Amino acid sequence: MNDSFNGKPRTLAEKVWDDHLVVKGEEGNPDLIYIDLHLVHEVTSPQAFDGLRLAGRPVRRPDLTIATEDHNTPTLAIDKPIADLTSRTQIQTLRNNCAEFGVRLHPLGDIEQGIVHVVGPQLGLTMPGTTVVCGDSHTSTHGAFGAMGIGIGTSEVEHVLATQTLPLKPFKTMAITVEGTLRPGVTAKDIILAVIAKIGTGGGQGYVLEYRGSAIRSLSMDGRMTICNMSIEAGARAGMVAPDQVTYDYLEGRAHAPKGADWDAAVEYWNTLATDDDAVFDAEVFLDADELEPFVTWGTNPGQGVSLSDRVPDPAAISDPNERASAERALEYMDIAAGTALKDIHVDAVFMGSCTNSRIEDLRAFASIIKGQKKADGVRVMVVPGSARVRIEAEAEGIDQIVKDFGAEWRFAGCSMCLGMNPDQLAPGERCASTSNRNFEGRQGKGGRTHLVSPLVAAATAIRGTLSSPWDLTAGFDTVAERPAQPTEPAETQDGVIA
Amino acid sequence: MEKVTVVQGIAMPLERANVDTDQIIPAVFLKRVTKTGFDDALFYAWRQDPEFVLNNPVYKGARVLIAGQDFGIGSSREHAVWALRDFGFDAVLSPRFGDIFRGNAGKQGLLAGEISEADLESLLAAIKAQPGVEASVDLVAKTARIGEVIVPFQIDDYTRWRLLEGLDDIGLTLRNEAQITEFEGRRESWRPRTLPEQHVTGE
Ligand code: SF4
Repeated sequence: MNDSFNGKPRTLAEKVWDDHLVVKGEEGNPDLIYIDLHLVHEVTSPQAFDGLRLAGRPVRRPDLTIATEDHNTPTLAIDKPIADLTSRTQIQTLRNNCAEFGVRLHPLGDIEQGIVHVVGPQLGLTMPGTTVVCGDSHTSTHGAFGAMGIGIGTSEVEHVLATQTLPLKPFKTMAITVEGTLRPGVTAKDIILAVIAKIGTGGGQGYVLEYRGSAIRSLSMDGRMTICNMSIEAGARAGMVAPDQVTYDYLEGRAHAPKGADWDAAVEYWNTLATDDDAVFDAEVFLDADELEPFVTWGTNPGQGVSLSDRVPDPAAISDPNERASAERALEYMDIAAGTALKDIHVDAVFMGSCTNSRIEDLRAFASIIKGQKKADGVRVMVVPGSARVRIEAEAEGIDQIVKDFGAEWRFAGCSMCLGMNPDQLAPGERCASTSNRNFEGRQGKGGRTHLVSPLVAAATAIRGTLSSPWDLTAGFDTVAERPAQPTEPAETQDGVIA
Repeated sequence: MEKVTVVQGIAMPLERANVDTDQIIPAVFLKRVTKTGFDDALFYAWRQDPEFVLNNPVYKGARVLIAGQDFGIGSSREHAVWALRDFGFDAVLSPRFGDIFRGNAGKQGLLAGEISEADLESLLAAIKAQPGVEASVDLVAKTARIGEVIVPFQIDDYTRWRLLEGLDDIGLTLRNEAQITEFEGRRESWRPRTLPEQHVTGE
């Protein structure tokens, strides 16, 4: 371990940073940081490989690099050539580049293919105390393991391929403390949607977020990944959770997890990573988990969200002029009126998937609600596992059959309707309850309207045809006995302090 | 990256202000898989007009673009710089650049020099007097010359140094190759490795 900190108490993020310092930047120059793991996909890598070729440079560490195909891949008929020529070319280019530069690739049809942020953790490659980068903003997902996951641009992809390092300026640190116990039906997705609604889409800018507190500790790795995944939607560069036994239990035995003496050495080191008791964060935010309800977005950025039992806010009541204008535009695009009860909003489609919510637990949660039910008439429901392996695991548990019996589509793995780069898109004007992470205009298809929700809310919505919480169901919610009485107050969170 | 000291070549006037990167290269071209081959995408919408300066044979082979204020504002797309480079430009002079564009230019060896509005006018006048005239942009002296007109330009010291040394970010980082190798030497054996490929037991 690196002891260069001179006894100063440090946060988790600072420890990981310090232990990857290759060269300390002087006089405002960036630090040079070593990268433990580089994940690559077809969209942001072609120009980076091309740059290497032009400069006659090799990939410095193919053994720290791994590629998969996800953004462009079809989720039906994956054994046929990809119909869209541009997509096919992008995929073929990745294949050629990986072959030429010796990078391991999991192509469409491979058992380890899937969304890049699902594949890394599932192989045991994402580990505590490591630096992980990918030419994709949702690389923050990997922070769930106590890693520093940073999304980068194409020039930086090339830089990492060539040098296995990145010049980076140090980040500020923000603690997001979530204390208490989630009520049944409330999930990690609701926590992060509430956090973003609270601090805003720019609230995390310049920060690495560290999620702490009893509610975070009680989450599984899948839940922690959901939270870290959306750190970028608050503008943060990364989001992290300190590793603990939950992390180790998830990792142990995975294909690339350390073995034997390496495992012991790793755990010993990982146990030192937690933020020191007297370390100081640059900013702190608090959220009360006891009070949280299922959350949903009403607008066109992930910060425009409220409790599902609430009403669409009135822009006129928003004091900040920029936010007011943005809310007005959003309501126009979303075609909903201020004051509408969220639960009165009908949807045309439900998308269950994306790197936010497509892991096995997400599918189990979704299946637990829809089991034995039929989807609402006229609602298109698509279930897209995050990886080929998740799909196989789900099929072994019979989840595919539950999905089909429900009347929903069971698809092959990929990004799918999260961004609609493949044929899975909303038609103009269609409204969708989606477990993904971005509700930007046109994100799921030109003119499409997105409401971000948890898998449980997606399932309840698919049953009722209107935005619904599992609390609204008369049957099908496993923990009905524990279901709370309909809350009287909308979730009000304790005031946070942002420095 | 090639060292940049003096850029010499035909100067093309672009008498427009607020040229955003959407105009430099429209979004439809971002689906391409190469960093090269964007020359036909440069100013795609405008060049449909036969009168547009890019279509004027007098300026064929131009290497220096003289543009109006606020060149390269808007979207961060690095493709805007790639397209300019591909078309053959090695330098752009303008009274002001979009921040991100200026940063991207520095990464790709495109000299982006800031000139005063008055000097912009004299450079444009010099071109008008003699269309197809060569410009000489001297990064050492930080001056640009067209015919008899010589004007100073501004560029930040760090970028200038990198261009003079021919260092892209990667080249710069590789100066620390020894430290990188040393770091790799003490990297713990438990840390992730993607190769050799391993499968879950039973595969
Ligand atoms: S699932 Fe969506 S957010 Fe995640 S990597 Fe794919 S496109 Fe990006």
